[in-house]
Order: sequence, then C-alpha cells, then structure tokens
Amino acid sequence: MSAVAYDDRPFDPTAPLTSSGNLRRRMLVSRLVTVASSASALLAVAVLAIVLWGVASRGASALSLKFLVTNPIGLSGGGIANALIGTGLMVALGAAIAIPVGVLTGVYLTEFARPRSRLAAGLKLALDLMQGLPTIVIGLFIYGLVVLPQSKESGFAGALALSIVMLPLIARASQEVLLLVPGTLREAADALGVSRWRTVRGVILPSAAGGIATGAILSIARAAGETAPLLFADSIFNPDATELNLFGHGVPNIPVMILTTSDLAIPEAFARAWGASLVLLTAILAANILTRVLLGRDAARRGGA
Amino acid sequence: MSPGAARKRVQTRRAGRAGDTILRGLSAAAALVAVLILAGVIWQLVSAARPSLSKNGLGFLWHTTWQPNFNQFGAGALIYGTAVSSAIALMLAAPLGIGIGLYLSMMAPRGVRRIVGPLVEMLAAIPSVILGFWGVIVFAPVVRDRIEPWLHSTLGFLGIFGAPQTTGLSTLTAGLILAIMVVPIIASLSRDLFSTVPPELTQGAEALGATRWEVIRGVVFPSTVSGVAAAVVLGLGRALGEAIAVAQVIGDGNAIHASLFEPGATLTSRIALQFQQTTPHTLYAGALFHLALILLVIALLTTLTARTIAGRFDVERRYARAVTA
Repeated sequence: MSAVAYDDRPFDPTAPLTSSGNLRRRMLVSRLVTVASSASALLAVAVLAIVLWGVASRGASALSLKFLVTNPIGLSGGGIANALIGTGLMVALGAAIAIPVGVLTGVYLTEFARPRSRLAAGLKLALDLMQGLPTIVIGLFIYGLVVLPQSKESGFAGALALSIVMLPLIARASQEVLLLVPGTLREAADALGVSRWRTVRGVILPSAAGGIATGAILSIARAAGETAPLLFADSIFNPDATELNLFGHGVPNIPVMILTTSDLAIPEAFARAWGASLVLLTAILAANILTRVLLGRDAARRGGA
Repeated sequence: MSPGAARKRVQTRRAGRAGDTILRGLSAAAALVAVLILAGVIWQLVSAARPSLSKNGLGFLWHTTWQPNFNQFGAGALIYGTAVSSAIALMLAAPLGIGIGLYLSMMAPRGVRRIVGPLVEMLAAIPSVILGFWGVIVFAPVVRDRIEPWLHSTLGFLGIFGAPQTTGLSTLTAGLILAIMVVPIIASLSRDLFSTVPPELTQGAEALGATRWEVIRGVVFPSTVSGVAAAVVLGLGRALGEAIAVAQVIGDGNAIHASLFEPGATLTSRIALQFQQTTPHTLYAGALFHLALILLVIALLTTLTARTIAGRFDVERRYARAVTA
C-alpha cells in the first residue's frame, strides 16, 4: 500500500485525530452504505405499517361481533360468518390431510431413508420442487383432478388444494425438528431393544412435537390466506348461505370473497371486504406472533439445558 | 422365566417387527406423495394443454395475439408481461432485501434486530389477495397521481415511462406490489447468509483497518455470493408465480407496450382472469393450460437453479421458513 501518497502535509502531532484524504473517502462510502441499509430496513417496516394501517383503518368500522356471526345480506349488508366457517372447515380438512402426510414424510427422511442416499436426495428434490409450484398451477391441477370429473366445485376440492400448499412446508419443518432430536435418544432406545416404531412413537415424535406444531401452525396460517389454489376449486358458491357440507357444492370462503368484491368496483361493497381482510390478516399475524413467542421460549429452554 | 412371559415377549417382538414394517411402509408412502403430486401436475397440465400444444406448437411462445373469439392464442405478450413485472420487482427488491439483510446481520443493535427482523418477515405473511385489494383501492391511485407524473417528468426520456394513465393499474403497479412480496424473502435469506460468515474473518478484516463497507465487500459478499444469488432466484420464482395480486393490479391489457404505465398481463394473471370463462377441452381452455405449462417449466427451472447455485447452503429450507414466517 502506498502509505503517504494521499497525505503530504507535514506531520503535526498536535492536530486533532480526524480522518482525512483517502481514509475520509473510505469512511464516507462506508457510512453511505450503512445509511442505505438502515433506510432499506426502515422502508420495509414503513411499507408494512402503511399496508396494515390501510387495512385496519378501513376494516375497523365494519368490525363488530355481529359482523362475525351474521351471513352477508345483499351486496353490502351483514357479516362474514359463512365465509369464516367455510375457510375454517377447508383449512381444517386440508391440515388433517397434510399434517399426517407431512410428518410421516419427515419421519421417513430422518428415521428410515439412508442419509445421503439417492432416494433421500430425490425425495427432498421433489419436496423443493413442490414448494416452488405456483399456487395457480395447484388450482388447475385440482380442477382437473377433482372438479372436472365431478362437474362441480366443492369445499373438498378447495381443502385438497390447500393441503398441497401445506404439505411441503410441514414436511420440511418436521424433517428439520426431527433432525434436532439427539441421536443419543435413538441409541438409548435401540440399546433397550425397543422396536423402531415404538421409538418413533414414544420418544422421537414427543420430543419433536413442539417444533412440528409450530411448523404446522405456520403452514396453516399460510394456507388460510391463499386464493389462487381455490380459484378453480372452490370459487363458485352462494355468497349468502352457510355451507357446512364440504362434499356438496362450493363453500364460501374469505379469500375468494375478498377477491370477488375487489373486482366488483362497487364502493358500497368494499366495507365488508375490508372487514374480512382485517379479520384474516389479524388471524394470520396472530398465528405468526404466537409461534414466534413459542419458538423463542423453546430456543431459550434448549439454550438453558 | 415363566412360559407365559416368554410367549408374551415373543409376541411383543413380533408386534414390534410388524409395527416397524408398517411404519416404514406408511412413511415411505407419505414421502412418495410429493413425487406423485409432482408427476400428476406435469401429466395433468400436458394432457389438458394438448389441444393448444398440437395446434399452436412452439410458435405459442412468441405469437402475441390473444383473441379467444377467433381462437387465436399466443403467449408472447404474457411472457413479456411476466418478465417485465418480475424484473421491476427484482430490481427494487434485490438491493433493498440485501441491504436489509446487511442491516439486520451486521449493523442493527440487538434489540432493534429482534423487532425489525420479524416485522420485515411479516410482510411475507400478508395474503396476496389482501395486498392486491390494497393495491387496487389505495396504492393504484397513488401510482396514478404521484408516481406516474413524477417518473414521466423526470425520466420520461427513457421511453419506458410514457404519459400517465387514468387508472393506475399497470405493469409498473404489478411490479411494485411484487417487490413488496419479494423483499422479505430476499431480506430474511440474506440475513441468515450474512450471519453465517465466521466472526474471525470479519473481525480480522476490521483489525486490519477495513471500514464496515470494506468488510462487507471484501469478506462478507465473497463468502456468501452464491447463497445471495440463490435467494434472489427464489425471490424471482415467487414473483413469476404470483397470480392473484398481479391479476388484481395489472389491468389486464392485451398488447406489448413500451410504457410501463400501460395495463399488461402475465401468464398467471391471464389464467386467473380468464380460466373460469372457458369450456373444458376447448382450444381456449387448452391455451390457458399451455400457459400454465410454461409457468410450471419456469418454476421448476427456477427451483433447480436456486438449488444448484446455493451449493452447500440449504437455501430452500430457509425459504420455507421465510414464506411461512
């Protein structure tokens, strides 16, 4: 390095210690990057605040207990009870399909498949590719698989589509927590002559249950807000009626209800959609915050032990 | 040992062996579900797209007419719309996301980090339909009244910022909404990546007199560049595949315009907006499945690319966390 080329003033030991010349430039660049990075973070938080405020300020006026327990009346009256029930039922059925399959996939990958075998690598690749499927493609898949053969949309088709959204996320989360279960537990069980399935049922799954539950909640929160998978599986329904039968006709649900209202361009109808958006968003963010709190406690416990 | 106890033990062992076989079989079957679904999706799209595949062939990729009434279908304008809206999203989201990653991993005080990190990730949790609804009602008028005139007057000479339009529903709006969705993904992935750089290296550079930026450029970036590239590719995948919010704000135009303020359409928005009007097994339905097939190929390639360039860093695992958290 050329040490003096940029600073040819005579050495003055009493001068204050401030950066000058090249160092000054380097510090300036560094400070600019710091400012730009901080500004990016600030911008992201500001956008979150603006969107949340946009939804909350418009949705709050519609919100009341009555809004949650009455069905829609006409274009703008009533509440969103039927859509809430519909989304709840579909997400529940979807989770009931995806959780066992996802957890078992995780069990297979960690307990049975030989690590680094070609089979395990192929299965993981399949999960990654599935996770990358555009959700609208999932909607078309379910349309061809269920809706077209039955010639009708149904809550079941919607639930199936949502389960495809959830499956790779749950499988990933389960695999990840199962890998964290200490190998010594498995070895101890093996040494006692316990069969593998009893080890899995009695030792491994219970010690991973918390992590699996968190993963499942997050996947459910993700699926509850998905619209594209439902678009061709469960978007034709009677908007004013409660539909409890998932195997009958289309079931009203929150995301599609918001979508159809936003297409309508009738301002009177918007209030209900804003209210529905606020309810959905609150539920999803609450699930996220809840799991974060649980995870934090979990991590603290692990760290303390 | 009594004979009864011995028999019981044999029974338990047999039950154990049977249980092992059953669990192994069940879990292997569950793991195969993902493979079956993937195969099913590919088969389904190819077979449903067949009318269009046989009539339009490869030319479908670049023909730009889309006239259902005349049975004329080409994906050119839609591929263009997809590319442009995703490019806008990435050009904004990649620097912002990487900047946020740097801030969260190297600059923010611990307390701020623990609040801002989750807040940024929360952006990813907003359902796309709500973001789209907000985009149509709140954001599009802002784009129309403020962003379009400003861009036109300052950068209008570039040609891509033409005369302001009346609705605010445009390729630009779609790109901006997509950027909001992609930023948290790139931010949280790159934060995780930057945190993996060993402190010995960064502290060593600091001890040699490097400024913070020189540490980032000389130590942090070189050791994480492949992972960051993979994060950007995954963000791209998210932008390419997003359907609902884009369909809501892009305005559903039919032609290729130089100006980003004109309404456009993407592969996903066209499917979302028109599939319900089709009759099964017609050329129209086939053409929409053909679009989905193109989309599927792009999505699979994106995932494979991200996996390949990420190398040892398991970026998909963190992506799963980023899209759920």
